[in-house]
Amino acid sequence: MTELPPFQGLLDEHSRDVLGFLIAAVGPQDAEDCFQETFIAALRGYPKLEDDGNLRGWLLTIAHRKAIDHHRARGRRPLPVAEPPDRAAHDLEPRGGGVWTAVASLPPKQRTAVALRFACDMPHDEIAAALGGSEEAARRNLHEGLKKLREVLT
Amino acid sequence: MNELERELRMTRVDPAAAIERLRERADRDGLLDVAYATVESPMGTLTVAATPTGLVALGLPNRDPEEVVADLAARVSPRVLEAPGRLDEVRRELDLYFEGRLRDFDLPLDWQLTGGFRRRVLRQTARIPYGRTLSYKQVAKRAGNERAMRAAGSALGSNPIPIVVPCHRVLRTGGALGGYGGGLEMKEALLRLEGALE
Repeated sequence: MTELPPFQGLLDEHSRDVLGFLIAAVGPQDAEDCFQETFIAALRGYPKLEDDGNLRGWLLTIAHRKAIDHHRARGRRPLPVAEPPDRAAHDLEPRGGGVWTAVASLPPKQRTAVALRFACDMPHDEIAAALGGSEEAARRNLHEGLKKLREVLT
Repeated sequence: MNELERELRMTRVDPAAAIERLRERADRDGLLDVAYATVESPMGTLTVAATPTGLVALGLPNRDPEEVVADLAARVSPRVLEAPGRLDEVRRELDLYFEGRLRDFDLPLDWQLTGGFRRRVLRQTARIPYGRTLSYKQVAKRAGNERAMRAAGSALGSNPIPIVVPCHRVLRTGGALGGYGGGLEMKEALLRLEGALE
């Protein structure tokens, strides 16, 4: 039997990242519901998980599936299931105004940085932790993301 | 602030609140197999953990909380979450105990981390009254095997719920302190708190 780390560790390390993805994927109004669904599903399946080599990827895959369910429930065009969550999600149609559709179309790190900075008011060091890089890189992703948003929206 | 940023800030999401609601829901849905919290005591930080059955483990100050929690994930269930609310009563009774205002803990216990002779020894230990002591030999006898003093000592050393299951009340014949998982200094301090030592 593999010895899985305490689930609390997954929350500590990856919950910001998952939340950032979901804000961009479904919009800030619906992100928390999807966040709950994601982590409840993860908790349910966790003891049976056989490979704990990429827990972040596992959580993001569940989050992506929950975002798809959410879009389906809202009667929107379903997303292609095979699309890995780390790629730009051009097909995501978040609620909360055109601005969030534009955010969803950003590259993953920029998307997460913008979502966490503005929807969660998160400081740069925490965004860096969520992205798994330096604070400098987090600032750059945020800056690039905003720049692209301005281009897209004007 | 420009128009774009204003629009992005329009709907807020609070990560801490989201995690708190998740904890509540996990508990409601029966997915919180082990809830843990830390409790500050005059002797240092204690780690306490409960299953739906009751208090399952108490880590003394010389054990790193992370190590205690990882051990629980391996031995009980990996569905472990920090959930201080689930341990309010444990914290309350421990606080009173360290203030000298509580003599008998009244907490449901989960004995799953111990079994067989060890569990019998610990159950007998749980019955030693506040401020009183027994010898390893006496405890072994009460557990059904007077000659198993060594096994009794090792059972006490493996006590998953010290303080609440008061293994500090077991001494060598003649009154020497014997051993203690949290260090002899702590054993002495607990006995002094209970008035069992001069």
